[in-house]
Amino acid sequence: MEWLQELQGIVGEPNVKTSRAQLAAYSYDATAGFQSAPDAVVSPASTEEIAEIMKLCGRFKKPLVPRGSGTNLAAGTVPTQGGIVLLFNRMNKILELDMANLCVTVQPGVITADLATFVESNGLFYPPDPSSMKISTIGGNVSENSGGLRGLKYGVTKDYVMALTAVLPNGQTIQTGGKLAKDVAGYDLKSLLVGAEGTLGVVTEITLKLIPLPRTQKTGIAYFTSLEAAGATVSEIIAAKIIPATLEFMDRGTMDAVEQFMNLGLPEDAEAMLLMEQDGDEDAVERDVNQMIALARANGATLTAVARSTEEAQRLKAGRRAALSALSRKRPTTILEDATVPRSELAKMVRAIEQIAKRNQVEIHTFGHAGDGNLHPTCLTDSRDLEEMARVEQAFAEIFEAAIDLGGTITGEHGVGEMKSPYLEWKIGPQGIELMKVLKQAIDPDNICNPGKLFAKSTKPRVVLHYG
Amino acid sequence: MANLLEERMQQSFINHVDENLLMDCMRCGFCLPACPTYLITDQDEVHSPRGRIALMKAVRDGEVKWDGSVEEAFDVCLGCRACEPACPAGVQYGTLLEETRYAVQQAKPIGLSEKLTRKVAFDGLFANQQIMQGTVKLIQFYQTTGIQKVARKIGFMELFPKTLRDMEKVLPKITSKKQSSSPSNPKIKVAFFTGCLMDTMFQQTNQRTIELLESLGAEVVVPKGQACCGALHGHSGEIPKAKRNALQNIEAFQHTDYSYIVQNAGGCGAFLSEYGKLLATDEAKRFSEKLIDISSLLVQLGLTDKMARHQVPVEGIVTYQDSCHLRNVNKVWLEPRALLQASPGWEFKEMPNASGCCGSAGIYNILQPEIASQLLEQKMKGVRTVRPARIVTTNPGCLLQMKVGIEREGLTDEMEAVHIVDFVYESIFQTTKGV
Repeated sequence: MEWLQELQGIVGEPNVKTSRAQLAAYSYDATAGFQSAPDAVVSPASTEEIAEIMKLCGRFKKPLVPRGSGTNLAAGTVPTQGGIVLLFNRMNKILELDMANLCVTVQPGVITADLATFVESNGLFYPPDPSSMKISTIGGNVSENSGGLRGLKYGVTKDYVMALTAVLPNGQTIQTGGKLAKDVAGYDLKSLLVGAEGTLGVVTEITLKLIPLPRTQKTGIAYFTSLEAAGATVSEIIAAKIIPATLEFMDRGTMDAVEQFMNLGLPEDAEAMLLMEQDGDEDAVERDVNQMIALARANGATLTAVARSTEEAQRLKAGRRAALSALSRKRPTTILEDATVPRSELAKMVRAIEQIAKRNQVEIHTFGHAGDGNLHPTCLTDSRDLEEMARVEQAFAEIFEAAIDLGGTITGEHGVGEMKSPYLEWKIGPQGIELMKVLKQAIDPDNICNPGKLFAKSTKPRVVLHYG
Repeated sequence: MANLLEERMQQSFINHVDENLLMDCMRCGFCLPACPTYLITDQDEVHSPRGRIALMKAVRDGEVKWDGSVEEAFDVCLGCRACEPACPAGVQYGTLLEETRYAVQQAKPIGLSEKLTRKVAFDGLFANQQIMQGTVKLIQFYQTTGIQKVARKIGFMELFPKTLRDMEKVLPKITSKKQSSSPSNPKIKVAFFTGCLMDTMFQQTNQRTIELLESLGAEVVVPKGQACCGALHGHSGEIPKAKRNALQNIEAFQHTDYSYIVQNAGGCGAFLSEYGKLLATDEAKRFSEKLIDISSLLVQLGLTDKMARHQVPVEGIVTYQDSCHLRNVNKVWLEPRALLQASPGWEFKEMPNASGCCGSAGIYNILQPEIASQLLEQKMKGVRTVRPARIVTTNPGCLLQMKVGIEREGLTDEMEAVHIVDFVYESIFQTTKGV
């Protein structure tokens, strides 16, 4: 196997894994129902080595699949066409903290939470906080354009990427962007690479924007006996020109599961919960939280509370934090989706999900980021039951359709990967797919970089939804 | 031959590894940052809980054929179970690991026990003795005791060479406990699980455990007929033998009327607390429900309050190394720290990553000396940042490992590793002359 020998020559033999156990261990990510072993797993130490690996892949027509920690929820890091899985465990250093330009330069393998802790110890703030941040990598976050709880106020990963170094499919290395607030020199190639899911090249170095760390934060909570009241509250909070740091939502089914799991004493008659957090200067934070609670009450919230201490805040947050844990314990397979709608459509979307679940006789509960309309309808099922899985697939197709109908999208922060590729055209249309294909063809003519992702062999026929 | 083994292994996994427990894993990866072997191997997914569960399932489903690399993945696991508190889906990793090791044991042409015994005898003792020559007796004693532990627990003494059998003989024998000064009007009655290792090498610690409890108004009974808890059997794939020991212990403890079964070894405590799950009988569940660790019981009996009343000048720094099983399985980490914070004459300082495994992990340090050494080295780096005079542990394995760590780093003049009972006992009776 000539390619393997060459690969070992580039990175050194100990940095290429090929044992049965190793190939199996890199055959999956966090997506249910996708598994496929690579031909080899490689850990390069530099941009130069990655460029060499890329050229090798081009010559031997080997797919190249970059992988952070494998927490992807759309099969984006599963080597479904075999090939080489590229790891960043040897490229995990924070290279520079630039206090004068408020930015940090890192290698892709840095763990998100480690970066957050590091910059916070310097009085700075990197806001994107995907739920997997304790193990997700910055490289993965950039390639997926990851979101998190603070998306509404602080934006998502792309809003913090200032500069990138990337190895292109032709083996060339480009640098794009800079430590610049303004830069209009040519096409914004940096933005093209962010969220490209590794299909246009491999990101090898990242410069991220930082902002000052907010001085204080405060947490409040409100329970509602109707979904629509919670939805109205979200809209009115924004209309009152308050942009909360987080505004989180749980539906009845999620709260039931949490209560079963943790016995927190959540109100039994509640149909929806909103968890609100504001950060910033003390006076403004106090004012905003009080006003949000007042709006919740005006909309008929039956129970509200404001945390007086960090411990109290932790208690208020406990339920929402445990949502996924609680739900995932109910059935063998958990499928976490991220259909997203304009925030004004929150209640309508949650209702639509309820109806779709009922119609298809599947169990779906919803929690998520109410402030930015990014919902996580979570299906509890059993992947061994093929008949039920067919209904689950149908339900999700209908959920995507409903989200698009309401002006939303099939994925807010998880990415398209391979799992949602048959639905991409629903969102961006045939013209959008055509343009993306032209771009992909121009940059990666041999389809080396993460093949099978984003672009589906065939698009799913659209489902027709009947409301009411 | 190879194909036969592959088929036998798959069948054994089908028979012994519970598919429903495997299905609980949703592969989110939240366990990865909690896993010491994942971190120490530069984030090798093979050596992560998620990777091992995927391999268990792949072997069971026939997607991955058994070979040395798969076997290694299961062997390298410490069994520290730090992944369990980190898991959002409540995967019962400890059970899956035990089932896997049992399945492997059943299907392998050479039994795991034999391999283990050989490993202990040839790699553990002889190799290490050469390496360790010139170091203190403690380490030799450690190894011999490690051998004894393995031998007695697994019952494979006959496989050891004669020299080892001789060594086994010179080690202290279990003596029956004398009932010391039981309080006349006890406020609580507890039964003491003495543990096989604690009762030989750490006999003094056990005696002090009883004295401390009695000084706090507890009546302590030591039921006769106790056996080793069976943890080492269970962790090495010898489930039937673990069950045998469990039945014997349940029998030994069933005739006495007491509020708690107290133990002072984290590893044993965790295994005892899972008898209910292991045997799935009402008697076993009752036994497990009555278990308490010594730190929690001392706090409950008011020792921290009593100690806090004795204000004496601070003489040194004490730090705490969690017992993985006490922390991850029994969820006890506050109580030992509360005791240390209250101990007269000592300032408690938390060391970095105190909850991370020290590499002892039963007999892991003998079976996987390389990774165990790396973990210990990392642990000692954390210790150095605190520079304590005492490292306190709540489990004999951790205690010995920390002693080895101190020895290797040449820190014997500066610090000492002690069991929490000895530490508390000494800080009370030798600093303030009693509470």
